[in-house]
Amino acid sequence: MSFRTYWRKSVNVVMFSLTGVCALVTVSALFFILGYLLWYGGKSLNWAFFTHLPTPVGETGGGMANAIVGSGKLLLLASLVGLPVGILGGVYLAEFGGHTFSFIVRYTTDLLNGVPSIVIGIFAYTIIVLPMHHFSALAGGMALGLMMIPIAVRTTEESLRAVPGTLREGALALGTCKWRTVATVVMPAAMRGIVTGVMLTLARVAGETAPLLFTAFSNRFWSSGWNQPIASLPVMIYTYAIAPYDDWHRQAWAAGLVLLALVLVANIVARLMVSKGVSFGKA
Amino acid sequence: MGSAPTTVAHMRPPGRTWEFIKRLRRGDEVAHLITLLAATSIIVVTVMVVYQLYVNSALPRHKFGFSFFLGRTWDPVSGEFGALPFIYGTVVSSALALLLAVPLGVGAAIFLSELAPPRISTATTFVIELLAAVPSVIYGLLGIFILVPLLRIGVMPFLKTTLGFLPIFQGPIYGVSMMAGGFVLAIMIVPFIISVSREVLLAVPVEQREAALALGATKWESTWQVVVPFARVGIMASIFLALARALGETMAVTMVIGNDPRISASLFAPAYSIAAVIANEFTEATGDLYLQALIELGLVLFLLTILINGLARLVIIATTQKGTAKE
Repeated sequence: MSFRTYWRKSVNVVMFSLTGVCALVTVSALFFILGYLLWYGGKSLNWAFFTHLPTPVGETGGGMANAIVGSGKLLLLASLVGLPVGILGGVYLAEFGGHTFSFIVRYTTDLLNGVPSIVIGIFAYTIIVLPMHHFSALAGGMALGLMMIPIAVRTTEESLRAVPGTLREGALALGTCKWRTVATVVMPAAMRGIVTGVMLTLARVAGETAPLLFTAFSNRFWSSGWNQPIASLPVMIYTYAIAPYDDWHRQAWAAGLVLLALVLVANIVARLMVSKGVSFGKA
Repeated sequence: MGSAPTTVAHMRPPGRTWEFIKRLRRGDEVAHLITLLAATSIIVVTVMVVYQLYVNSALPRHKFGFSFFLGRTWDPVSGEFGALPFIYGTVVSSALALLLAVPLGVGAAIFLSELAPPRISTATTFVIELLAAVPSVIYGLLGIFILVPLLRIGVMPFLKTTLGFLPIFQGPIYGVSMMAGGFVLAIMIVPFIISVSREVLLAVPVEQREAALALGATKWESTWQVVVPFARVGIMASIFLALARALGETMAVTMVIGNDPRISASLFAPAYSIAAVIANEFTEATGDLYLQALIELGLVLFLLTILINGLARLVIIATTQKGTAKE
């Protein structure tokens, strides 16, 4: 074998090994993250974390029950804002839209998806917090809801497009009008994909912190109703992590573990659902 | 045809309005309008974001004008606001992140598309997409308690003794620093580079590879000289998308960058980013000028990311259309 051939083959092996190392490094990052959170979070997680309120500064113990409920309430509000617009927008793009306007809507949706979450927070602040003069769950839910729209639109559109045209034609041939075809034939067939999209977008906004800092703010107590500052898991992790108390750090790890578990489980379930394919006929 | 003469007397002139009313009665037009309304509201919201940010940053715009972007002093007490330290921090930390993440991401994407067996490639991509789903506050948590101590005790002293003659590796070591911000951002944007680049690489026609191999190229030569150049526009787009993410990333950076509005050549020095200053000071901003200066920073961030995102999207649209035409 000539030196040149030998050299080229070595380059081949070395470079591909390097790419393998790159992939390995990236994948191991996830396992590092999981490992550290399980280790530190698992040590600090206890029953009180789920059932107790935060204790006053200086006292150890307590939990984040209010933040868990608060996150749930914020996600509910966000769904009310984001899902109707997102899903109907997706239906428009897949079933009713023309060419040019659909392109504009799709492009704007992508842009909205790329807007930094903190900017969405400022927007919600200017339209809700400024006129009302106080932080509220409503403003937080609004900010998160706006962030849900892009993913909901795109996943709804994609799953509707995956439904075979023959199904639509079959329904139309039976004399069904268009909206009934969409509502009773196409939507149920695409339901699995739409639900997947909803889960992915919920998982995404569940971990958002930046848009909540100056909309929902935080609260160390239970907040009744929808018009008060409200605690949420991500904001609690942030405030506890940057505080100088060891006991708070411990709780931040516990909260991090709970949040990560929720987000990853929602993601895994959603992706497994999609990999099994869109089912027709059922529902 | 045959029956037309008998019915024509009863028919109204077939105008567009009549068609519309007929369809309205069946509900199609209503459904169309409702979905159209939802789709339009997406555009309305996006335009409103720009409008609100613009209107609510009028005070500093009028007071400082363009010098807002060149001022180095950020002093809320004396009412002097200059954004340069934040712009510098955002740009440098994102550039550092790209410097680390691009080789890593493109390398991993090449491995997944060219070398790995399909099953391993799919499983790895699944894991990498999960990595993209990890909330940024969790990256920040790990950044504060794992990465920053690691940098302070291990990496930074090592860099200082070996490469200390470079100005970027000088000065006191705190741990929280521009470097920590860049590192965290790099880990966060790698998944985006990998998943888009991998798809672009997989879309390169297999004939391209076969032709190169048939000419006697090694697998690496075919990948590096044929496949990667073929996919380079798409890879560039994935890098731009990642850059837009890095510029707007808030929590993880806020937690590790040190939050000090000074411009320093050293990567060891604490810095500040646009998103971080908004996150830290927004709720404490007293007075309209202070608040609106922060909103103007938000506007800058928004326009920057929109510009980069918009370009990347256009590139992706253009290249994927070209790709389908070729097949």
